[in-house]
Amino acid sequence: MPRVIFEDIIKSYGKLTVLKNLDLAIDDGEFLVLLGPSGCGKTTLLNLLAGLLDVTAGRITIGDRDVTDLDPKDRGLAMVFQSYALYPTKTVRGNLKFGLAAHKLPAAEIEQRIAWAARLLQIEPLLDRKPAQLSGGQRQRVAIGRALVKKVGVFLFDEPLSNLDAKLRTEMRLEIKKLHDELRSTIVYVTHDQIEAMTMATRIAVMDAGVIQQFGTPDEIYGSPANLFVAGFIGSPAMNLRPATLSVAGGKVAARAAGVDLDVSHYGFLTSPRDGQSVVIGLRPEHFGEPDAAVTDPAGNFSLPVQHSEKTGSDATAYLKFGDGLIATRVDPEQIGRFKQGDTVNISFPQGKLHVFDAQSGRRL
Amino acid sequence: MSTALLSGDARVEAAPRFPRKRKSISGRSIAILVFLSICAAFFCVPLYVIVTTSFKTMEQIREGAIFSLPSPITFEPWVNAWDHACSGIRCEGLKVGFWNSVAILFPSLVLSLTLSSITGYALALWKVRWAGTFLFILFICAFVPFQIIMIPLIILSSGLKVYGTIWGIAIIHAVLSMPFLTLVFRNYYKGIPQEIMSAAMMDSGSFWRVFGEIIVPMSGNIFIVVLILQVTSIWNDFLLGLTFGGLGTQPMSVVLANVVITTTGEAAYNENMAAALLTAIPPLVIYFILGKFFVQGITAGAIKG
Repeated sequence: MPRVIFEDIIKSYGKLTVLKNLDLAIDDGEFLVLLGPSGCGKTTLLNLLAGLLDVTAGRITIGDRDVTDLDPKDRGLAMVFQSYALYPTKTVRGNLKFGLAAHKLPAAEIEQRIAWAARLLQIEPLLDRKPAQLSGGQRQRVAIGRALVKKVGVFLFDEPLSNLDAKLRTEMRLEIKKLHDELRSTIVYVTHDQIEAMTMATRIAVMDAGVIQQFGTPDEIYGSPANLFVAGFIGSPAMNLRPATLSVAGGKVAARAAGVDLDVSHYGFLTSPRDGQSVVIGLRPEHFGEPDAAVTDPAGNFSLPVQHSEKTGSDATAYLKFGDGLIATRVDPEQIGRFKQGDTVNISFPQGKLHVFDAQSGRRL
Repeated sequence: MSTALLSGDARVEAAPRFPRKRKSISGRSIAILVFLSICAAFFCVPLYVIVTTSFKTMEQIREGAIFSLPSPITFEPWVNAWDHACSGIRCEGLKVGFWNSVAILFPSLVLSLTLSSITGYALALWKVRWAGTFLFILFICAFVPFQIIMIPLIILSSGLKVYGTIWGIAIIHAVLSMPFLTLVFRNYYKGIPQEIMSAAMMDSGSFWRVFGEIIVPMSGNIFIVVLILQVTSIWNDFLLGLTFGGLGTQPMSVVLANVVITTTGEAAYNENMAAALLTAIPPLVIYFILGKFFVQGITAGAIKG
């Protein structure tokens, strides 16, 4: 199965440039998720790969083939659309068949592939129905089936789950993951949902403003975000980002934020820290220690008043007043009842989980 | 039966606790009703006169009571109008015109629907070079009155040796309706979700295959709308039939005019009325038949639901 390579891709509409000199190499059999907020260019990138849009400049290769100037049908791709885009006047069977008949496959082969996809996706009883007679989840399955029957090397998914309800979304997420494990084909999947990205991807490309901000495994993206955008975008509730000033004295490095000193001596700085440097420190809500209990190797201890708290069943978050802002900290939902507004809580943050970013460039230090 | 059951059940219940106040008819709605009745009468009274007159004998018509009901009822005017009415020196009735109109209608329907739907499809869903300019020209053309280009068209059609033939009239109808119908189809096809077209491009990418297998089956509504529009305008057309129709190739509307205008002796009002009604019936029939086929929701189930 082929590698997909984007080289120096530029896409602009008149004066507006949506993708700027983008390079990306997708490995064989990879489940790549393009993740980013609305308007970041992720769907544009997918449409460029599909051939539904033309690049302004750059080269796209699939395997050894330069597909930059090929028509969509000749690129050896199949795509699942956000709105499913089933042909309303054709039955499910007709929908699956249309793409195959267009490629002039023998009838027996077509029948066999339809049967295979229908069995795989459990849509066999629906084959003779029209799309209007299907539920949302069933339509989604048919849309996936229409892509599967083509038996191509690369499958494209454009936010395929965003029209489903939460329960169905979780089910389909698992199923798409299962399909990938079974078929081992390359998948390029566009979403703005970080849970989908984290659970399904082998690698994630986080995009913003037409630029790939970070490209790595879900663990890398979560564990060491490359810049402030990725840090703030991945994680829920979002990472607490606070401006701070570094002070370097006698081998000790400390970050001072809103009157609290955080020990960052053991932080793996990529460039050596300067005294007085303006930085942004990042503290994930889920990495705070339990309230009123010490963590080993604390970077700092906080004594902060509770502003408010919220529970989501399996999780609870307390918002503490810190300087002129709030920081979120995850709390055991059993314990959350203890926190009344105005109570002061003592919490500490472990050294190993800190993130430090340059205040000017936003890059990880 | 179920409604009877329901109302029976409702009667068992106690009177509603918070009955809604009945709305009384306001002065405004009375005014609207009166206005609408006058409007309806405006169309119905002449129609009543035409229909009753067409069944009257000439003796009764000569009495001058135009609102009286026909007695005795006679179908002779209808038979005469169809079979024997004189248009100029030919006394073969309206039937000649009827068959001419049919012969003009079908080729011109096929031609105009095919051409304009394909052009509209290409302009709406494919990347066509200069599509914007082309649309603008179509838009201008749609508003050019026929009278302005009538003489050049006559010269052109006689040069092409189709002047005065049924085919000539049919082709000119199709050509003249092209700009407007193309715009109608183009706007309709613009409403087809982009993703369906994208899916079709990835599946097949063939202009004709996508048109025939995906787009045309989704176009039932617009074809019926355009069909009604075209049938009515071609059937009711007079000027084009008059200028381009030769002897014996005139459409029904032109023959009707001749029948009414040509009189020897007294004017046969009953026959004229019957002839007018005969000419008006076909478009009405089309309305009633096709109206039933209006299908709701062309993209039902295609996209998210």
